[in-house]
Amino acid sequence: MTTKAEVLEVSVWRGSADGGALETFEVPARESQTVLDVVSWIQQFADPTLTYRYACRVGMCGSCAMMVNGTPRWTCRTHVQKVAEGNSLRIEPLRNLPVIKDLAADMDPFFDKWVEAEAVHHPTGTRHDPIAHVDADSGARQAADAGIECINCAVCYAACDTVAGNADYLGPAALQRAWTLLNDTRDGGGASILDAVSGGGGCHNCHSMGSCTQYCPNELDPMSAIAGLKRETVRRVFRRRRDA
Amino acid sequence: MIRPARTHPLWLAYLLHRVSGLALALFLPLHFWVLSKALTAPDELDAMLAFTDNPAVKLAEFGLVFLLAVHFFGGLRLLAMEWLPWSQGQKTAAAAALALAFFVSGTFFLKAI
Amino acid sequence: MLDFRLYMAQRLTALIMAPLVLGHIAVMIYAIQGGLSSAEILGRTQGSLFWLLFYGLFVLAVSIHAAIGIRVIVHEWAGLKGAALSALTWATGLGLLAMGARAVWAVTAA
Repeated sequence: MTTKAEVLEVSVWRGSADGGALETFEVPARESQTVLDVVSWIQQFADPTLTYRYACRVGMCGSCAMMVNGTPRWTCRTHVQKVAEGNSLRIEPLRNLPVIKDLAADMDPFFDKWVEAEAVHHPTGTRHDPIAHVDADSGARQAADAGIECINCAVCYAACDTVAGNADYLGPAALQRAWTLLNDTRDGGGASILDAVSGGGGCHNCHSMGSCTQYCPNELDPMSAIAGLKRETVRRVFRRRRDA
Repeated sequence: MIRPARTHPLWLAYLLHRVSGLALALFLPLHFWVLSKALTAPDELDAMLAFTDNPAVKLAEFGLVFLLAVHFFGGLRLLAMEWLPWSQGQKTAAAAALALAFFVSGTFFLKAI
Repeated sequence: MLDFRLYMAQRLTALIMAPLVLGHIAVMIYAIQGGLSSAEILGRTQGSLFWLLFYGLFVLAVSIHAAIGIRVIVHEWAGLKGAALSALTWATGLGLLAMGARAVWAVTAA
């Protein structure tokens, strides 16, 4: 697949919110090298002014996602061997987000939408109450468990074409978190979550193209979580009709 | 080989659903206009219907029936995914929708020629 | 852009159209055999309350369904929004409804 090249040709996007361009670097190829290793090498040995973001380097923190040859990826867990085209790499800041500088995207819109989707904990008890019992085998808990390993890396947000075309759309990550909280017996925000995901930018804008599920590095399934939200919002209307 | 962000089965199913829907919506005004001739100008309607004996027009009709069928079956898949309590196997379901659309429009085409 | 109300209108019209589309495809496969003529079509539909209701409902549902679909596509692919987007949605829906109603009347009026 990949040729045993000594040197990688790496195009890196340089610039700010006002615009920018690709700049090419030659980076020594190494065994088991990750894309983040390549970016770090450039910053340490070629151009110390290169701006990028990372923290844990082991796929826990979700801060190092970038576009690699056009595809959103967590760069610390992405091997160069698997994604290089020949010996070339193109590394750009995450799609669908404003750029701060070089490879660092502004994550504010992404996290603002989590709050907008009511993807925040709505407590039902205080510290004086006994610890809530969680039935691990219940269907709701399993639906919640399926989505809670999200590391907020925004790969799904960058992969989604609905986000690209519709600036108000809350996006897969925020909606999936809303779905996990809706299924959490300790969360008391059910009605406000369903209201929040039913607005102009809500879950109903999703076209189930599945790029979120396709590219989630933790192999989560936001597309199905969003389908779950649609189902619950519809079910709520019929329930109201019956109760009225 | 790297996979570009869009070329996966469900994205293609999304694009097919959108393009078929758009094409059908654009075709409808023509369809309605031709049929309304039945009231205002029956001779013109017959002249236009004779036009459908042309093999190229038959092929275009096959295309339209395919678009309708693929939008129909693809739409049923989406409705099932959103409203029924299961959502696994979507790639298989999308492929099945495409196959059924070919079957239906193929049946139409064989009757047409 | 596509809030809950529009989503429900889109999905409910889809459900209404599901059996109608199957019927329409069946009629097409039946009618295309041996070519089309206005006499054949009108012989089937003229003066028929069933076909008036069948295609009348179909036209109403498709006008709503297509207007919402066009609205989404134009917003996502052409960036139209606000009052202009709403105007386009209504124009599409009402335009299709008017043309469709005229066509249904043309083939079913006795």
